[in-house]
Amino acid sequence: MSARDEMIARIRATQTAAPPPAHIPAYRTHMQANRETLVQHFIERLADYHVSVLRARGDGEIGEVASRQLATRNIASLVIPSDMPASWRPTTPAPREDTGLSLQDLDAAAGAMTGCLLAIAETGTIVLDSGPGQGRRALTLLPDYHLCVVRESAIVGIMPEAIAALHPHVLRGAPITFFSGPSATADIELDRVEGVHGPRTLDVLLVA
Amino acid sequence: MKTFPEIAHTELRDTQLRRNIRKATTTIRARTARVTAELPDWEQLRDAGQAIKQATLRDLDKHLLQLEERVTAAGGSVHWARDAEEAREIIIGITRRHGATRAIKIKSMTTDEIDLNPAMHAAGIEPIETDLADMIVQLMDDTPSHILVPAIHRNRAEIQALFEDKFGQGKLTDKPTDLTAAARLYLREKFLNTPVAISGANVAIAETGSVCVVESEGNGRMCLTLPRVLISLMGIEKVLPRFEDLQVFLQLLPRSSTGERMNPYTSLWSGVREADGPQEFHLVLLDNGRTKIMADEAARETLHCIRCSRCLNVCPVYERTGGHAYDSMYQGPIGAILTPQLRGYEKAGSLPFASTLCGACYEVCPVKINIPRILIHLRAGATDARRAAHAIDPETVAMKAALWMFASQSRLGAAQALGRIAQRAIAHDGLISRLPGPLSGWTDTRDFPALPAQSFRAWWHNRAHPK
Repeated sequence: MSARDEMIARIRATQTAAPPPAHIPAYRTHMQANRETLVQHFIERLADYHVSVLRARGDGEIGEVASRQLATRNIASLVIPSDMPASWRPTTPAPREDTGLSLQDLDAAAGAMTGCLLAIAETGTIVLDSGPGQGRRALTLLPDYHLCVVRESAIVGIMPEAIAALHPHVLRGAPITFFSGPSATADIELDRVEGVHGPRTLDVLLVA
Repeated sequence: MKTFPEIAHTELRDTQLRRNIRKATTTIRARTARVTAELPDWEQLRDAGQAIKQATLRDLDKHLLQLEERVTAAGGSVHWARDAEEAREIIIGITRRHGATRAIKIKSMTTDEIDLNPAMHAAGIEPIETDLADMIVQLMDDTPSHILVPAIHRNRAEIQALFEDKFGQGKLTDKPTDLTAAARLYLREKFLNTPVAISGANVAIAETGSVCVVESEGNGRMCLTLPRVLISLMGIEKVLPRFEDLQVFLQLLPRSSTGERMNPYTSLWSGVREADGPQEFHLVLLDNGRTKIMADEAARETLHCIRCSRCLNVCPVYERTGGHAYDSMYQGPIGAILTPQLRGYEKAGSLPFASTLCGACYEVCPVKINIPRILIHLRAGATDARRAAHAIDPETVAMKAALWMFASQSRLGAAQALGRIAQRAIAHDGLISRLPGPLSGWTDTRDFPALPAQSFRAWWHNRAHPK
């Protein structure tokens, strides 16, 4: 008997020990809040993670706001996904498109700038699915700095809303990354250190 | 094989360990209490988590077959491992086929459970732990002492000395920020130049063929994204039927585990994705005793565990002995029920007794596993196993003698009369501070009350029949 057949047979043999199916109780599936409250909530959570929040009144302002912030952060080289809209692109430093760059090239870049699929207000989480304006997973992982553009309209209240919105993307095979603040560890004497292997600095650019 | 009390006896003398564990458990306890109280539907989420796990195990065969079908359709391969040896062979076989001499690893208790690292070393493949604490434990040739913070028994000076010795980066300070930066630099080269990564899995979704890893440091994302080949080892109980089920566990896990609203990084992938991440993906489904646990009606909910470690942080026994006393990668209350079921009573029969049955673990468990009830069930099992193995052992003989004595009123009266005479030499002021022979173990740390001059039964008899 193959390992597969044997394991399936073993599982089936245990079914008499299973209790009758229990009813799954209802829990919150959305946050009752208007757009303004959601945005405010999201910003407060980002502040908990020591993430700086920049604002742009529309797509036309994104490139300009980004340029200023990149200068403040001293980001000398920037990588972006190749499908990033022209109006989002900063002028300095001149961004380099990820058209199949090597991992070493990505690692050598000081920062990355991308969009996202959605964000969750209750936990200050941003979600990527390698979709439009986001690039592949390595792009937002190797550079030490990440500037992420989040549209206010892409902010949902709580996790179940995010899961519902992600469902079709996952069915299409999209890889999903949830990130909540910069990477962190408390492995040495339980002292929290922000910034381990992922980008050590995260800035969020909110677009109205 | 040492028992829990034997190892605990040594561990309790380690004041550094006790201080660190106390600090860790107290801090995490406060954080988890705060962020779980914050959700208005926390109790409903716990009930939902419990109900989903229960329903999933009931039809586990269907969910695993669907998972296999979806992962395969998405370009991944699924392997089935009946036991630890089979799982090791599969993982080492894949790594060898790619000619790899090393593999990067994400923190995974399941790979510890199958003793993967020693087997890889023996096969000439170097396993590189990339979680900071696991790396510290590995480089020190030590063993983990906490599910979540495995190096909690080490202090910064020890870690500084270790990194200076191993990293070749010269002198370092003992500041956690600097030590973490040194580890980032050391591991970056490994992340970029290792062809194979090995991970565990927090959850897999049958409906979408996705696997999910929850982490904090980003070493997980590195391992899941950069190498050409990814191998994930998963206990069969980790599958969930629907994508929607994920929303319950992504709320329960981080809040119960690190006490964060959400952990820094959560990755979810389905098979392979062209030009994005590993181009070869293997999912290894592990039984290794899990179906045996499922067959035990009274203990099968042990498999609902999501490995959050909240039960460790509230356990008065764990807080004093630390993790090493459990001699397992699974420690604390969950370890006390899981390890004996995986390894058998012969090797881990003392663990179900490593509890005061206070019930704190049951009270906080995010999926409401009734750990005290399972502990009692396993105590009975361990006692039966011991009786079966040894026809005559002192405890059984003593219990049989006690049964004989208590079964008859006259025998009990005679024994009490005898006891009153025997205790004259050792009882003072109604207390016995040192019992004779093997019973002295009890009085080493506490007094034993002496028999009173008159028993209740004698008093009652005299009251009803005055002389």
